[in-house]
Amino acid sequence: MSSSISRNKSQEPQGEFSANVEQRETTGKIFELIFLLGLSIGLVVLAVLVFDVFKDGLGRLLSPGFLTETPSRFPDRGGIRPAIFGSMLLGGLVMLISVPIGVGAALYLEEYAPKAWWTDIIEINVSNLAGVPSIVYGLLGLGVFNYLLNFGPALLSGALTLSLLSLPVIIVTAREAIRAVPDSLRQASYGLGTTKWQTVWNHVLPYAIPGILTGVIISVSRAIGDAASLIVVGAVSFLTFNPGLFQRFMALPIQIYTYITRPEPGFANAAAASIIVLLLLILVLNGTAIYLRQRFSTFK
Amino acid sequence: MQNANFSNEFNREYRRSLEKAASDDIQEKIIETLLFCCALISVLTTFGIVFIIFRVTFDFFQEVSFAQFFLDTKWTPLFAEKHFGIWPLINGTLMTTVIAMLVAIPLGLCSAIYLAEYASPKVAAILRPAVELLGGVPTVVYGYFALLFVTPVLRSFLPLEIFNALSAGLMMGIMISPTVGSISLDAIQSVPRSLREGAYAIGVTKLETIFKVVLPAALSGIAASIILGISRAVGETMTVLIAAGQEPRISLNPFQSVETMTAYMAQISGGDSPRGSVNYNTLYAVGAVLFLITLGLNIVSHWISNRYKEKYD
Repeated sequence: MSSSISRNKSQEPQGEFSANVEQRETTGKIFELIFLLGLSIGLVVLAVLVFDVFKDGLGRLLSPGFLTETPSRFPDRGGIRPAIFGSMLLGGLVMLISVPIGVGAALYLEEYAPKAWWTDIIEINVSNLAGVPSIVYGLLGLGVFNYLLNFGPALLSGALTLSLLSLPVIIVTAREAIRAVPDSLRQASYGLGTTKWQTVWNHVLPYAIPGILTGVIISVSRAIGDAASLIVVGAVSFLTFNPGLFQRFMALPIQIYTYITRPEPGFANAAAASIIVLLLLILVLNGTAIYLRQRFSTFK
Repeated sequence: MQNANFSNEFNREYRRSLEKAASDDIQEKIIETLLFCCALISVLTTFGIVFIIFRVTFDFFQEVSFAQFFLDTKWTPLFAEKHFGIWPLINGTLMTTVIAMLVAIPLGLCSAIYLAEYASPKVAAILRPAVELLGGVPTVVYGYFALLFVTPVLRSFLPLEIFNALSAGLMMGIMISPTVGSISLDAIQSVPRSLREGAYAIGVTKLETIFKVVLPAALSGIAASIILGISRAVGETMTVLIAAGQEPRISLNPFQSVETMTAYMAQISGGDSPRGSVNYNTLYAVGAVLFLITLGLNIVSHWISNRYKEKYD
């Protein structure tokens, strides 16, 4: 890299050298504004999006029964209760399943794994899995949970699929958090004659928890917002009861998708109202996690 | 008397602690094995994906030839007159991806450069999570916004179809810009200060330092982020399913409705093709193509970022 810089510089002085600093600084200022503009465009779009969704959906959201009733064929009647229940159950299950497994895998890779070809393979594997599209996870869930294990298109299949989807992100971020724990902490613990697991459980994990939580939030809120894999696994668009573990299920993103695709005009408002609920759910999730992270890091 | 008692007690304690150490050892082994199993699940996931997708894809190619799949230019598996040419789906995917990247690359790079080089640490601490929020919004929401806000606005001055590649691509670009941005930001931040100071020392302005020193030095990280962004755009489903439509065609007109590979997969899953039929198996065949494309892109991205990573360490 340095050679290409010196080449550029040696090519430059061909004509008369003029510093022209003022003009160069002005160009610099203009570009600073362009960079800032580029950064703001996304934020402006986000603001417009939130405003638009609230404008379209707030009225429907506040209409009686929207949160507490089951869906209806008519755009201005019924509600999204089964979808809310479905999403909360899915989110809870994903946390129960993927957090212990993800943190366990991260601990193994960081604390226990020997340096060998097969641990390299696991590592490469995890980072590749993080890039597999969600709809492909849907195919995996369909094949393994629906047909091989015979759960059918039930909530459990959806939850397991979403868990596999969120595992790689949890593993990657948990590993980073564990790697950031200073080695002196481990040495001090071993110096007291503790076993490896005692050191990991009592010292490494508590220290790493804030970082691990970040990964958990990111991946679980992604799982709650994911629709593609659930469509493939077989989420339904209409339920008249709260979904149970082994029953057919719906979730908020699926409900939103269904509302958007209905041609009658009022359904767009219902979709917007459901989007508000979904965004609030994700916000609450993130808020809780940020609170926990704050708490744990001051505790430390 | 008391002394003997004490030494007895001590011996007993000592023996107990030795036994405890032995059982600790077994416990340790069990724990290590459990943790290993956790790590193994990721490998099993990959095996599962590969096995399930390619087993059904194999069935598919028993009935449909490679030539029909890769040489035909029509995709009509659900019609009476069946064609299985994948190209219209690849065309749709390519078009929405190109539009998305035309948005995501400039936006991502601008935010990365601004956050790394211009923003004060305090401002960056607020702006960075704010920008990353864009990537955390569920994609179905972007689909809603593309179809019901962006398309009507664009239609007021462009001859757009209701479902079109342009709106879907634009929103997908906004969604992916944080992916490009945050990896580029890491790359830019890992360029050592000494390089910048060297540039300033010879009287170069800040902007020139960025364009001629910092960005070239961070180029590998930026390239990796762009390829990862492409991979995300190729695999994104809900936005294109909702806003880009379901009309497989070969065309370069972004104002028209197209169908991407992912949108087709979602469409066939929601339909009622019986399991095992050729129609149903197209889901896996298209899934296999999608998986291979994104896998290839991810590997290239990792390869680039690993290859140049430790240059300045």
